[in-house]
Amino acid sequence: MEKYLYIALFAPLVSSMFSALFTNTPKKQFVGIIASLLIFSAFVSSSILLTHILDGGDIVHVEMMTWMATGNLYIPFGFVVDQISVTMMMVVTLVSTIVHIYSIGYMDHDKGFNRFFAWLSAFVFSMMILVMSDNFAGLFIGWEGVGLCSWGLIGFWFHKEVATWAANEAFIMNRIADLGMLIGIFLVYWNTGSLQYDIAFPAMAHLDSATLTWMGIFLFIGAMGKSAQFPLHTWLADAMEGPTPVSALIHAATMVTAGVYLVIRSNELYDLIPHVGLFIASLGAFVALFAASMALVNRDMKRIIAYSTLSQLGYMFAAAGLGAYWVALFHLMAHAFFKALLFLGAGNVMHAMHDELDPFKMGGLKKVMKGTWIMMTIASLALAGIFPFAGFFSKDTILEAAFAEHHMVIYGVLLFTAGLTAFYSFRLVALIFHGEERYKIFGIHPHEAYKFMLIAMSPLLFLAMIAGIFQTPFFEMVEEILGATEYHIHSHATLLIMLVGTQMFVGLAILYAYKKYASWSSVPDGSSVIENSFIYKLLYNQYYIPYGYEEYIVKPYNELSAALWEVDKKVVDASVDGIASIFYSAGENTRDMQSGNLSTMLKWMVVGTVVLLSLAVVFGLAARYSGEIMSILSGLGV
Amino acid sequence: MFEAVAFYLFAFLTIAMFFITVTTSQALYALSALAAGMIFISAFFFILGADFLGAVQIIVYTGAVMALYAFGMMFFDTTREVKEKKGNKFIIVGLATLCAVIIVAIFAAPIVSDNMLSLYPALEGAGNTQSVGLVLFTKYLIPFEVAAIMLLVAMVAGIVLAGKKMDLSLTLLNAEEIEKMDEEINKKVLS
Amino acid sequence: MEIGLNHYLILSTILFAIGLVGVMRRKNLLLLFFATEILLNSVNIAFAAISHYYGDLTGQMFAFFVIAIAASEIAVGLGLLIVWYKRHGNIDLESMTSMRG
Repeated sequence: MEKYLYIALFAPLVSSMFSALFTNTPKKQFVGIIASLLIFSAFVSSSILLTHILDGGDIVHVEMMTWMATGNLYIPFGFVVDQISVTMMMVVTLVSTIVHIYSIGYMDHDKGFNRFFAWLSAFVFSMMILVMSDNFAGLFIGWEGVGLCSWGLIGFWFHKEVATWAANEAFIMNRIADLGMLIGIFLVYWNTGSLQYDIAFPAMAHLDSATLTWMGIFLFIGAMGKSAQFPLHTWLADAMEGPTPVSALIHAATMVTAGVYLVIRSNELYDLIPHVGLFIASLGAFVALFAASMALVNRDMKRIIAYSTLSQLGYMFAAAGLGAYWVALFHLMAHAFFKALLFLGAGNVMHAMHDELDPFKMGGLKKVMKGTWIMMTIASLALAGIFPFAGFFSKDTILEAAFAEHHMVIYGVLLFTAGLTAFYSFRLVALIFHGEERYKIFGIHPHEAYKFMLIAMSPLLFLAMIAGIFQTPFFEMVEEILGATEYHIHSHATLLIMLVGTQMFVGLAILYAYKKYASWSSVPDGSSVIENSFIYKLLYNQYYIPYGYEEYIVKPYNELSAALWEVDKKVVDASVDGIASIFYSAGENTRDMQSGNLSTMLKWMVVGTVVLLSLAVVFGLAARYSGEIMSILSGLGV
Repeated sequence: MFEAVAFYLFAFLTIAMFFITVTTSQALYALSALAAGMIFISAFFFILGADFLGAVQIIVYTGAVMALYAFGMMFFDTTREVKEKKGNKFIIVGLATLCAVIIVAIFAAPIVSDNMLSLYPALEGAGNTQSVGLVLFTKYLIPFEVAAIMLLVAMVAGIVLAGKKMDLSLTLLNAEEIEKMDEEINKKVLS
Repeated sequence: MEIGLNHYLILSTILFAIGLVGVMRRKNLLLLFFATEILLNSVNIAFAAISHYYGDLTGQMFAFFVIAIAASEIAVGLGLLIVWYKRHGNIDLESMTSMRG
């Protein structure tokens, strides 16, 4: 089994390095193909490992080599394939295989074709390290690695100012959170003496509650950054500047779920501190509603999907915070499938519309893009949680968990958000694919994407439809390490009412969205009553949070930096320059010594002799009277 | 008493001679004073019981070195007054004095402790020359031979540097060439 | 009045200082050589004195080697001086500035 583990881990690295060889050369088709094949081999290996684990095989735990061994600190390059990581590996390798293949078509006309695959495969490698590492240090390496690759991919079109800005924003926001994460890791090491999961977690049971609380909070701050939870959420929407396959892979399916993964991985820690768990759940529910409300009015196709990702991440945190780790992990998996599908579909639409993102300028695309239309509709149905698609099983279980744990506020918020989710998803679908063909005003001639791209997407479509049937085997697989809590409402009648009620609520939301938007005929120009209402503006401007950040954090920081820049010039630069100029002038003044005149040299030689002799006297005296000197010095308190 | 008188006398003479050597503007005076100083130094060696060293001092310095310098002076045109460098004499004298004072301070303050051991003590009942010979040809045999080779090399170097036409080898030339060379020299002499 | 080692060492130092003055002062290379002879001789006195007062012949041995070195130095040095004189027509220290930095 170790063999498959190494293939799954290192095939993406090989792929990345291979593609990196061609970054400076023009587009080469085979780069994309070979990269896709290598990622596919990682997928196959992961599948073999999954069957191994499903068959009740032992957890695969290897230690490749020692990384650090100093004093009591011992950190190996160790990798573990257990029920959690194998799930993540499957999600990562499956989605990335599809995204790689899809990108061959999507990036067809791009100059950075080869470079794109280098970054993308590097991302997959980092993500694999993140999920497979058996210790916090390795996890952190992967954590930073995906951050770096995310930066490179958001800013992939670096000639666009917004793209580089968004890349930097994402990177810097993640750094802020990573500080929390690092402190959390330090706390873990400080208190348990190890970073290995299998040593650190059992040791936590003996620690006092306050320490554990801090540990949990700091680790969660790291998770908040990576998973774009409030208040560090702004980067995710801006990250949509990257190529769409990147959004699908990184900012929907895999990287942003790393925070959820961290919480799930640390379930033994969070089980000990339920109050922090409740905070996580509350924040998750809040973010779910908060993000969904922003998605209601946005006019950028990719941002709407990004907000829905944010919202779904909130669901996952809500589940994880309530202790329903396996539900969170299951929703993570199901969400990865339909959200990646949704993004790739959006990519098709973007290609067809020549990078137009405003759904109000589209409409009626179902005639020309039938395949994409079906896929995005089904993905949206899955996202909305309509039976029997994937979202139904995962999302409803979260609702049930909240209900069963008697957190009615969280339940209510999540339920309401489910309605909003359905509404904005189908608002998007209706605006893009139904109604009048408004794009004709803009003289765009849409066309369907390459056939192989659609075929590449089909596994996701398939999984978005049927992922629900994996719920029971999945539960049986992970119950061993994530707790065997099945969230059953005791009364069958309540359960039924809940299910039907939710379905009806969601269905109504969908119908309303269709009714309102399916026959939309004009492009809004900002003059209608609703567009001028306070709430619309508030939501459209993302609650003015980016504005607030700009105004109250970035600007004061800039002013502070400008002030400190003066200090820097006057103090730091001046002292550095001063040192340099001392040497310069010393050299300038002593240059006369080297006049080439032998007798001057002789004179200097004598000066040197005198200096050496004086040193001999000084050191001789010092050696002779060392005892007295020491006693004088100790008397002075040195 | 005799020793003290001799020491002070010769100390005064040596210092005076060397002082003349470094201050006079006449090269000939300097040479003569130096030679005299060398001989007076050998007096110290005799006082200190280093008879052999004293003899060597007189032979080597006043015999060989001074002769070499005399030849050098004849070669160079040093009969005229020697121009001295311009510059601050106080710095020169000050530096030298400072150096001397520091060295004296080092000697005076017994920093070097008295743990000096006599490695090669002079033999009882043997004359200085005999003792020197014994040490020189046993313990210092290799340095002695190396010094001999060094002197040989220096001699060769001196001859090569100062000699004329050292790149010609009479043994490698045939009779006609030598004859031709002779004729050229004769022409120069005649003209 | 007993003459001790220190007397000789101080004498040696004085001679050394005189030599230093000469080294620093002289412009004529030949006279500079004289000054170096003084330096070497002053050291020889110190060696001989130490040898005497410690009853160890090593000092005298060193003095011998110093004399040997002085002799070789003069041989080579004078040869070089002659070459220089042939080329430049003088033996002024001031004219030797080809090592100017």
